Amino acid sequence: MPAELFMPFVMVLVAALLPLQLLPAMIWAERKVSAFIQDRTGPNRADILGIRLGGVIHSIADVVKLIAKEDMTPSKVNSFYYSLGPFLALFISLIPFSIIPLADTLKIGGAAIPLRAVTLDVGILFILAITSFHVYAVVFAGWASNNSFSLLGGLRSAAQMVSYELGLGLSLVGMIMVAQTLDLNEIVRQQGGTIFGILPAWNVFLQPLGFLIFVVSIFAETNRNPFDLPEGESEIIGFHVEYSSMRFAFFFMGEYIAIIGGSAVVATLFLGGWQVPFFDTEMLRENAMLAARIAFGSTAALCVLLSIILMAYDKKLQALYTDKRRFEARVLLGIVVTLGAGAVGGLLFLPTLSSLGEQIVTAIVQNTFLVGKILLFCFFFIWVRWTLPRFRYDQLMNLGWKTLIPLALLNIFLTGVALVLFDRGA
Amino acid sequence: MMIGVKKIGKPMDIKERSYLFEIARGMMTSIRHFIRNVLNQGAMPTLQYPEEKRVLPERFRGRHRLMQREDGTPRCVACFCCQTACPADCISIEATERDDEGEKVAARFDINILRCVFCGLCVEACPCDAIRMDTGMYELADTNRENLIYDLNTLLRH
Repeated sequence: MPAELFMPFVMVLVAALLPLQLLPAMIWAERKVSAFIQDRTGPNRADILGIRLGGVIHSIADVVKLIAKEDMTPSKVNSFYYSLGPFLALFISLIPFSIIPLADTLKIGGAAIPLRAVTLDVGILFILAITSFHVYAVVFAGWASNNSFSLLGGLRSAAQMVSYELGLGLSLVGMIMVAQTLDLNEIVRQQGGTIFGILPAWNVFLQPLGFLIFVVSIFAETNRNPFDLPEGESEIIGFHVEYSSMRFAFFFMGEYIAIIGGSAVVATLFLGGWQVPFFDTEMLRENAMLAARIAFGSTAALCVLLSIILMAYDKKLQALYTDKRRFEARVLLGIVVTLGAGAVGGLLFLPTLSSLGEQIVTAIVQNTFLVGKILLFCFFFIWVRWTLPRFRYDQLMNLGWKTLIPLALLNIFLTGVALVLFDRGA
Repeated sequence: MMIGVKKIGKPMDIKERSYLFEIARGMMTSIRHFIRNVLNQGAMPTLQYPEEKRVLPERFRGRHRLMQREDGTPRCVACFCCQTACPADCISIEATERDDEGEKVAARFDINILRCVFCGLCVEACPCDAIRMDTGMYELADTNRENLIYDLNTLLRH
């Protein structure tokens, strides 16, 4: 079966490209959301031929700037570890995507084709192991820079990450006790169906305490506000003070990809992964025609909505600008109308799906829901960052050791009691 | 006198120490701002500056101008009041005699706008209402310093 031979390569490519594609969007969202939360407009000046896309072009300008900058290496650094740090930061944050199941397993001619790059039975352990590797990047960078400040930053980061690793691991134990498996696809599959017929049976509803601890710990693991002490920009003690140009960009990208990866892990473990709420895989496959119609229909509806917004935007641009920027809305409107026409065409001329077609449609719908959940959680990351102030170091340690770990142990105990009472543990 | 420590506020209770409720309140505040600004971007106070400009108040002090009499000659009588009043020492005047009436008149009237602090004391000091700052010009940037020393003709033109 050729599909079995080439699908792993395709999936590796998808798993690597998905976070890298989300990265510029994430950086754009960070700027724009922070601006809107603070009553500012955010970036909107950089343009290519007048197309500004509300500031997306700034990400491209950033890349050009960072590549064109001088790549400084301070004279007395340990150059091997100094160079290794940024590469590790980016590389390790990309790895968790390799085992996130992007959709339910395809069945082609009796052969099962898993839609993930690496099929591992110990998925959760792998994720935890890889996340702990992240601290090496920070420690290498902090130590090899030969700078007391970056060393301090690296030390603080190491202490923080090691502390919160415990909470991260323990918070998952309760969930594993319920799921009775470490395989990520199996965990996602178990989150289908409903609780009491109203709530989707996601782990977030089964393990609310575990979810809370996991989310707090993943914030600390990704060095994200309110736990971004390793970076500590206002105290100027960060592990990457000595880095410039693309090496700094690698840390930057690594941080954002770690956020996207963390969101993917949270979505998979607690928010149902690729599960479409109230519709399991079999039901989707039976109704694949309907699903495809709904997908095309909602795309068309979205295009109509976008066109209305763009027409209002065009009016504003015509009043404001006299140069090439005034035509932006019209160009975008053309693209949107083309897309909408394509969606309508797809809706009208949809062929009858074969069994394989049904499975592919199902996979696409499930993957859309997974990406949607990831994006929502990414938004949550940004939202928290622009709301909360940074923790003090002792508060951070107190929260980690004295609150989260006891709570995680309590969660394990409660889960155990519940399992014994409802007789699911045996 | 003893220096006492005044404790303001009460210690945090269990609800506040759990962070969760306070964090939720903070998050609600920021999402409220976010939603409001997404739905109505025009309501944000930001001006798209070079395209949109602020409406200046009537008494805004901009670049100086020198007033003219009805016959087109400068009102300035070179009394040096403005030069004396100027705290930034940016005005320099050279006086000369006027041909017909024997009155003094400025031969040179230079304002070094790089030094000017836009305080308006020269306008208050002027006995003849010859100097005003009501042009509303504030985009005075240039690429060389010589262009920013305005002479008599430049000041009279506006």
